[in-house]
Amino acid sequence: MTHISSALPFALAAALALPAAAQEIDPADWDAVSDAADGQTVYWHAWGGDTATNDFIAWVGEQVDAEYGVTLEHVKLSDTGDAVTRVLSEKQAGQDEDGAVDLIWINGPNFASMKEAELLFGPFAEELPNWQYVDVEGKTVQTDFTVPTDGLEAPWAMAQVVFMYDTADMEGPLASSEAILEWASANPGRFTYPQPPDFLGSTFLKQTLIELTDDNDTLATPVEEADFQEVTAPLWDYLDALTPNLWRQGRAYPASGPAQIQLLADNEIDLAVSFSPNEASRNIAQNQLPDTIRTFVLEDGTLGNASFVAIPYNSGSKAGAMVVANYLMSPEAQARAQDPEVLGYNTVLAMDKLSEEQRAAFDALDLGIATLSPEELGTVQPEPHPSWMTRITEEWIERYGVVQ
Amino acid sequence: MRGGTPSEAGLFAAAPALTMLAMLGPVAAGLAGTLLPAFGYLPAAGISGFSLAPFVDLFDWPGLGQAMRLSVTTGLFATALALAGVTLLFAGWSGTRAFRALERLLSPLLSVPHAAMAFGLAFLIAPSGWIARGLSPWATGWERPPDILIVQDSLGITMTLGLVAKEMPFLLLMGLAAMGQSDAARRMRVVQAAGYGRVTGWLKAVFPSIYAQIRLPVYVVLAYSMSVVDVALILGPSTPSPLSVQIVRWMSDPDLSMRLVASAGALLQLGLVIGALALWRAGEALVAVLGRRWVMRGGRGRAADRLFRPLGVFAGSFSAAVILGGLACLAVWSFAGFWGFPDALPQGFTAQNWMRHGPSAWEATGITALVALIATGIALLLSVGCLEAEYRRGRAISPTGLWLVYLPLLVPQIAFLPGLQTLLLILGYGAGTGPVIIGHLVFVLPYVFLSLGDTWRAWDPRAGIVARALGASPLGVLLRVRLPMLTRPLLTAAAVGIAVSVGQYLPTLLIGGGRVSTLTTEAVALASGGDRRAIGVFGVAQTLAVMVPFAGALLIPAVLWRNRRGMHG
Repeated sequence: MTHISSALPFALAAALALPAAAQEIDPADWDAVSDAADGQTVYWHAWGGDTATNDFIAWVGEQVDAEYGVTLEHVKLSDTGDAVTRVLSEKQAGQDEDGAVDLIWINGPNFASMKEAELLFGPFAEELPNWQYVDVEGKTVQTDFTVPTDGLEAPWAMAQVVFMYDTADMEGPLASSEAILEWASANPGRFTYPQPPDFLGSTFLKQTLIELTDDNDTLATPVEEADFQEVTAPLWDYLDALTPNLWRQGRAYPASGPAQIQLLADNEIDLAVSFSPNEASRNIAQNQLPDTIRTFVLEDGTLGNASFVAIPYNSGSKAGAMVVANYLMSPEAQARAQDPEVLGYNTVLAMDKLSEEQRAAFDALDLGIATLSPEELGTVQPEPHPSWMTRITEEWIERYGVVQ
Repeated sequence: MRGGTPSEAGLFAAAPALTMLAMLGPVAAGLAGTLLPAFGYLPAAGISGFSLAPFVDLFDWPGLGQAMRLSVTTGLFATALALAGVTLLFAGWSGTRAFRALERLLSPLLSVPHAAMAFGLAFLIAPSGWIARGLSPWATGWERPPDILIVQDSLGITMTLGLVAKEMPFLLLMGLAAMGQSDAARRMRVVQAAGYGRVTGWLKAVFPSIYAQIRLPVYVVLAYSMSVVDVALILGPSTPSPLSVQIVRWMSDPDLSMRLVASAGALLQLGLVIGALALWRAGEALVAVLGRRWVMRGGRGRAADRLFRPLGVFAGSFSAAVILGGLACLAVWSFAGFWGFPDALPQGFTAQNWMRHGPSAWEATGITALVALIATGIALLLSVGCLEAEYRRGRAISPTGLWLVYLPLLVPQIAFLPGLQTLLLILGYGAGTGPVIIGHLVFVLPYVFLSLGDTWRAWDPRAGIVARALGASPLGVLLRVRLPMLTRPLLTAAAVGIAVSVGQYLPTLLIGGGRVSTLTTEAVALASGGDRRAIGVFGVAQTLAVMVPFAGALLIPAVLWRNRRGMHG
């Protein structure tokens, strides 16, 4: 209901007139889905802080409009939580149909909480036609932070932790968390990470914890089942040593990943963390970083996961949203997303499931000067259970987030 | 003598009720939506037992003391400094050519969105910022930026200075509107004939009548500065943040039960604002007592001019320099290629950023203008209706009524917007431009009413009596005498209304369900990413879009009354 002058009676009439049957769309019946999608408007709530991602979403919008007649509107959030808040408020108000949110680019903890509160539509993801190309065996596309996705969200990009460093200011890759600490102590003020609870900042904490503990099985289970203090003690010791040597002695932190990249560009820091192996190359191509930036991963591998989209239970354009989710998994969209000139997100597809033509688009990509090859990226460490991220973030805030 | 035809009178009598409904209905519903969760009631998250647990959790948060302190100190200092700066500027310079120059420079700067100003300032003064780049390495010896905490400093000094710079144009404009109704020129002639210095004379003879008229805007500045979110995010400390920022964080936490703590925090924020306002009120009383003694002593204070006149012009220039410097930063970034430290300018200039972001900025401008114009139009109609009703009843709005007008501006937005959103949903206004206009009206209306009210009441009723004696009807007096005479304050109020609407972030996002993309929602979304080129484009577009009404508020009366000297307050 987006009329400028919608008067109350009209709005109520429209709400009552909505046929309940239209909501009960069967994801397995793709022809019906694409028929129903024609003419629908999909409001995709996604973080709007990254201009390259915004441009990619706009491109997706053009494609699904041309192919399916779906209008895609990118609602640019500063925090994914805003979309969750929105769906929750609608549920509170009893608006169970035609809610404001049709599609969310969702992160692990938000997914876990929406799934638990039954705010999501589905299962739908594994019924989509392009699911056949997805690398189900090789990539973590069926669990999100160890929580089974159960087809309630569709993957569209792979992320992995890499470190960006400026070759003009420092030598060679660092092999481990200990090496990072050693370097930071020798070069105080030249490293920082986004302030938790920023997603990338919390990811850095998890990455460091995985490095410092040998007990990765414990991390895969809910935090309540473990001795939190004992498991995380090495992390706090590490951060106690690292923090005084951080940028601004840890009295201030960049607000987000891109803000941290800006610090790298301003030469305020020499080392930064990223959750996208191609981000450095893309920023170099777009004049946002100097061409002396390179990336590395730690010797024991780094944390990786998939990015997902989910559909709220009360979306009024579920068919349209499924069309978008399906298009995001298409070889065409995936190859474009992996192009560092465009976005530089790694694909969720399995190359051996693609036809030769489809594969050619991926083979033709020039990954950019700062991007590691899949071999160089090495082992991908699995995500801990989402409860760990929540607890670690809380503990970090108590220890370092309110120091003054 | 005063009443018009019955139907017309009925129309004006209904205006106050309508206005109150438009402003307070949503706030009341919103507050209920905050109060219940603050005491443990949030059925949508499966929590429905009333308890004090949210407050216990709130007070368990280790950063609370510091966050509260920041909210109070930045708010009080920013308000006091901005008021002092504007007062000195008026006292030392009003009526001079320098004052008119500063007035022309500062007035349009009111329209610069807070977030744009904050970004500009942050880049201007950061260790890797424009000033440092201009001086490096030749003067400072810095080959790389020094590791100094300037932006986001723990005491919130940068944030306070940013707010001072940003609020001065607002108070200046309010003061200018008040000057027209204060008979300042003749008062100054009298005190100067009695041998008073310029600053001392102005403070003693003119300031009391000006302050009485701008008191409401001053309170608004105080409440706003204490609970601002966007400026605090960009310039304020983050370990911990001021309370308002922390409430927003809790509000958007994936753990739905954190909304209970957020609601408790919102009530606390409301309490802090009320406490600070009471403190300010007490300060006013103290200043009044001391001021009367000071006036009675009769000191001519001629020496004071040597110190305070330069201070006044410094304050005005500081505000202009900060905002204009920030805007220049945004403009340069919007055309920048790669720009590393310590280059004073980017390696290259390119139109690429505008090509990339221009179309979406243009689209957002259209929606922004639509919402702002409709909301402001309704607000002006209702405000004039209320004020005329008040005039015809022959008594001004009661102190209680005044506090009710304040309410939407004194309650932190984050405290009642989610509740308001729920209300709109229940009524069936799901999302879209219409509900956003209603949401904006809640904030636009009080600003329009406040900026119009004092000058409206200070209008000399003898003009109306003369018109009535000449046979004009009450409506004729309103339309043909009062409104034309008040053209300048009316246009000022409209410009304020538009600027308020354009600046709204949370109402647009929450009520519009994200489906209504204004320049501000787009810019703040970009702000979280820190892409300075995109922020530059949107900041410049946003500034241009809201400057036009302010230019109009200054130019239209000048043109309209070019041959009516008495109309130039």
